[in-house]
Amino acid sequence: MSWGRAMDRWMPVLRALLSVIAGFAAGLAVTWVAGESPWNVFMILIRSAFGSWYDLGMTLFYTTPLLLTGLSVAICFQAGLFNIGAEGQLTLGALAAAVTGVVLAGLPWPLAPVAAAAAAFGTGAFWGWIAGWLRARRGSHEVITTIMLNFVAAGLSSYVALYLFPNPDSQNPETRPVAKSFLIQHLSVFGDAPVSTALILAVAMCVAYGFLMRRTVLGFELRSVGQSERAARVAGIDPGKIQILAMVLAGGLAGLVGVGEVLGNAEKFKLGFSPQYGFVGIAVALLGRGNPVGVAAAALLFGALHKGTGDLDFETENVTRDLSMILQALVILSVSADGLWDWVKRRV
Amino acid sequence: MPRTETSASGAEAPAVELVGLSKTFGSVRANDAVSFRVERGSIHGVIGENGAGKSTAMKMLYGIYTPDAGKILVEGKVRRWRSPQDAIAAGIGMVHQHFMLAGPHSALDNILLGAETSRRAWSWLPPPLRPIDRSAARAKLQALAERYSLPVDWDTPVERLPVGIQQRIEILKLLYRDARILILDEPTAVLTPQETQDLFANLRRLRGEGKTVLIITHKLKEVMAVTDRVTVFRGGKVTGGVETEATSPQELADLMVGRAVHLQVKVPPQPEPGQAALRLRDLKLTGREGGVERLKGVSLEVRSGEVVGIAGVEGNGQSELLESILRPAELLSGRVEVLGQDVTDLPTAEIKAMGVGWVPEDRHRDGLLLNRPVRENFLLGLQSSAAFSRSGLVQWGEVDAAVKRALEEYDVRPRDPDVNAGGLSGGNQQKLIIAREFERKPRLLVAAQPTRGVDVGAIEFIHDRILKARTEGAGVLLVSSELDEVLALSDRILVLYEGRIVAEFTRAQADEKRIGAAMGGSA
Amino acid sequence: MFEELWAILASTIRVTTPLLFAALGGLYSERSGVVNIALEGKMLVGAFAAAAVALATHSPWLGAAAGAGAGALAGVAYALFVIRWRADQIVAGTAINFLAIGLPPFLCKVLYDSTGGTPSLALSDRFTFEPVALVALALLLTWFWMRRSRSGLWVQFAGEHPQALDAAGVGVNRTRWMAVLMGGVLAGVGGATLSISLSSSFTREMSAGRGFMALAALILGKWRPLPTAAACVLFGLADAMQIRLQGVKLGGGAPIPTQFIQILPYVVTILVLAGVVGQSRAPKALGLSFRKA
Repeated sequence: MSWGRAMDRWMPVLRALLSVIAGFAAGLAVTWVAGESPWNVFMILIRSAFGSWYDLGMTLFYTTPLLLTGLSVAICFQAGLFNIGAEGQLTLGALAAAVTGVVLAGLPWPLAPVAAAAAAFGTGAFWGWIAGWLRARRGSHEVITTIMLNFVAAGLSSYVALYLFPNPDSQNPETRPVAKSFLIQHLSVFGDAPVSTALILAVAMCVAYGFLMRRTVLGFELRSVGQSERAARVAGIDPGKIQILAMVLAGGLAGLVGVGEVLGNAEKFKLGFSPQYGFVGIAVALLGRGNPVGVAAAALLFGALHKGTGDLDFETENVTRDLSMILQALVILSVSADGLWDWVKRRV
Repeated sequence: MPRTETSASGAEAPAVELVGLSKTFGSVRANDAVSFRVERGSIHGVIGENGAGKSTAMKMLYGIYTPDAGKILVEGKVRRWRSPQDAIAAGIGMVHQHFMLAGPHSALDNILLGAETSRRAWSWLPPPLRPIDRSAARAKLQALAERYSLPVDWDTPVERLPVGIQQRIEILKLLYRDARILILDEPTAVLTPQETQDLFANLRRLRGEGKTVLIITHKLKEVMAVTDRVTVFRGGKVTGGVETEATSPQELADLMVGRAVHLQVKVPPQPEPGQAALRLRDLKLTGREGGVERLKGVSLEVRSGEVVGIAGVEGNGQSELLESILRPAELLSGRVEVLGQDVTDLPTAEIKAMGVGWVPEDRHRDGLLLNRPVRENFLLGLQSSAAFSRSGLVQWGEVDAAVKRALEEYDVRPRDPDVNAGGLSGGNQQKLIIAREFERKPRLLVAAQPTRGVDVGAIEFIHDRILKARTEGAGVLLVSSELDEVLALSDRILVLYEGRIVAEFTRAQADEKRIGAAMGGSA
Repeated sequence: MFEELWAILASTIRVTTPLLFAALGGLYSERSGVVNIALEGKMLVGAFAAAAVALATHSPWLGAAAGAGAGALAGVAYALFVIRWRADQIVAGTAINFLAIGLPPFLCKVLYDSTGGTPSLALSDRFTFEPVALVALALLLTWFWMRRSRSGLWVQFAGEHPQALDAAGVGVNRTRWMAVLMGGVLAGVGGATLSISLSSSFTREMSAGRGFMALAALILGKWRPLPTAAACVLFGLADAMQIRLQGVKLGGGAPIPTQFIQILPYVVTILVLAGVVGQSRAPKALGLSFRKA
């Protein structure tokens, strides 16, 4: 392998790493303004994300949904689409899992969580299909429709949770708990952390995504459409069909977030449970550059960030968990700006 | 004869004089010591084939490119432009081939854009915030329109106006800015014959009012019809400058093409034509925009073992004809048969899988994934074929073996399946496409503009391959705007004009003059 | 009955005001060809800055000015990335939104030692009817500016046919910069309206999706000032009805599900986008960065 070829291959990785470092540096500089030592804050982040089995478990608990939404956004990127709708898709997926657990309470154990997972995938997929269909057949831009669909999903889920299946034992905006047979196993190494077999499911999805993109005809067609809709069309690929399929798969992947959340953690659907998992998925996919390993690494990074910043509230005087959003924003910005990189390259 | 000496200044100086202009892009010498002069109050043709350098020269004159060497004199003064704005200020205007008009806006706004004036009463406001004095602009335009007989409906969104009127708006834009020298880039490419006549009448009127007009074109007939003098480009150089009255289309063509490069295709004897590989019956198609009928009942047949060439000026329905073979479902009416089977209701993939090789007219847009490696571009369209896929999985091992063989056989350079298609030269990209499309062993080959933007060596190679397909019994439909190419390769030639086949010639009957006449609509 | 209507009307006007500010802000930027999904973030920083400055100076006017300034600053950050460095507009917009969710609560902690909000403003430090008058003025000026002014025409061409604008000698990216800044100012004032008029302090994520609703209104209004304003009023009415009906019991004792009124604006927008009801055509060059040939 020539030097140039090696550069081509590793340049994206290098760029991703530099983006993360630049984003973190800028974000930690903000903590300095708040009168904290950035190094101290950084060490707290590391410690509380990875300091114990429990901490690592919590990090992985947050990694699970981010891996799924990251894949959801990534698969759309591959097909040349922008899925901003993962938030809505995962909301309805979680709702579907919870409703299944209430309505089909009689289902026995191994079948029950599988049915709930299928419902979550299916509902998310349906929500993705709407945007895909609108794009492919009506030409409506998926960015706008998925934003709108996020709000519709929020409204619908609120109605279903509060009016159709409200929790009679609680004042909180949530559904009734699912039957016990629906709950999935926690991974016991991590102590009390609610990290469950859903993590294994998410990793399996990541592997499946890699297989799809690298080995299958469908993955090849999906990427071809993303590269050039017209060339794909001339080659005999129906871009509309592929776009719809990409949105369906993306919706399904996002919908699976409901498995970990409902069957592995809350045991019910709680309104507003997601701290913007869908949007953070955009950052995960961008940083991962469509590569399954990259997406997994990015999901872990943002999961750790979420967990790590959670402890800032108690461990520092002035820095709050809000730092999480700031760091994510700065990382996304430094990943996104091609021109910025050209500019840097010219100087170096 | 190009002249190189600097002319006298003052009123007698020519409108434009280019002296030794050179421009290099990468390794390509687009202009090599180009010199010529354009007299005031004349219509001057600038002709040459694609890539001959005529556009580069005009773009330097208009300030889009900066010359590497040489001088530009406008009305006797040496000029250096930093941008087109400088050229505009010096009285030069250009009508681009793709109009610079915003569809939803009125003709008035499109014209006055960037040259807005305001009433005195608003002068206390910062200039960008001042209201536009549209009535003053309208009055000035109305006067211009009357003087040059260029009537336009000022208030209709330009997207609702015919192309000829849109071009008129572009010309008015230049006149509004007091341009004295007008450059028109391929102005007739999108016009109907009637609109072309109107345009020429307008240009003559402009000349009568003392304006200087430069027309970039490759249509000899039009050069003969409207210009006073002609400058001919070939291979980045000026090969001749002649008075139109003293020349003939034949002489211009000679200057344009140069004998050495002229097509010398050895055509093997034609095999006995067999069954119909492609049969089109009365195809009608309406364009997406404007609802204009683009195909008005096209019928034709391509038999196996013959090359049928479609000649015609671009924009006479070629693209639509090609589209409708790939996607007959979008036809308004008509019937498409491939290898004896009615495919009118079939999707593209199934039609191609029957054994159709396809060389698209725009390879960057329709033929390649520019940011993906050669390997994937080779697979594109073959991904579902039995050779390269099993139960939905791509057999990359077999793909790699086939790519390796094909790069060798079709002499694609570099022989590297990992390099991105966008990094190949035009000729190698086209050879890659040919390699891919021949992988199916096509029984019908559709080749559109197969040698456009391709170097000489590759042209020969591609022509040989097309003829080889014919020898092996494939039916070939060749669509090309290069008449030479059509003449050299085709067993039969059909002329497409305004969505109709207006003439048919066999190889024996084929004669450049008669075909040219048919292409111009006077068959 | 009359009182009820009056209450709904007043409430409609109140909730429409910030929405219309944001939608007008979006109009400037989107007509110039720059997508603005960062409206939400610009509102948030505007809301925070306005509350903080009004708190410190006891002047709602200075607060509003600070809101405008903060919105403009967010606009600068956005423009720097999407125009100067040609970042994807959706991606950078998402990042700006994240930043605007995180930064104000972070600063609240530092400045006020509170968890994500500013202390309450005294009634005298707040606006009452002034934002309504301001937004009406902004609407009229925008309408007039777009129809009549030179830069109004430039902005429209920057979004519709940037090459033509460039060929006419007007800088496309400079025009877009100005439009994005103006958009930031208006969205910032819209945010200020939330924190110093509609409520008495800044609270975490208080814009609650209004930036996106403004985007929906812009689409529904076909990117034109007056129809966009009409769409904002329609959405404002839906919002007012929804607030009014919350907790109201039907005959059977069940509360009215207001969610359906809540989602109405979005459903209508989707239907318009799908071409089921009317048609809305975006500026042709929307979302595309411009580089000179």
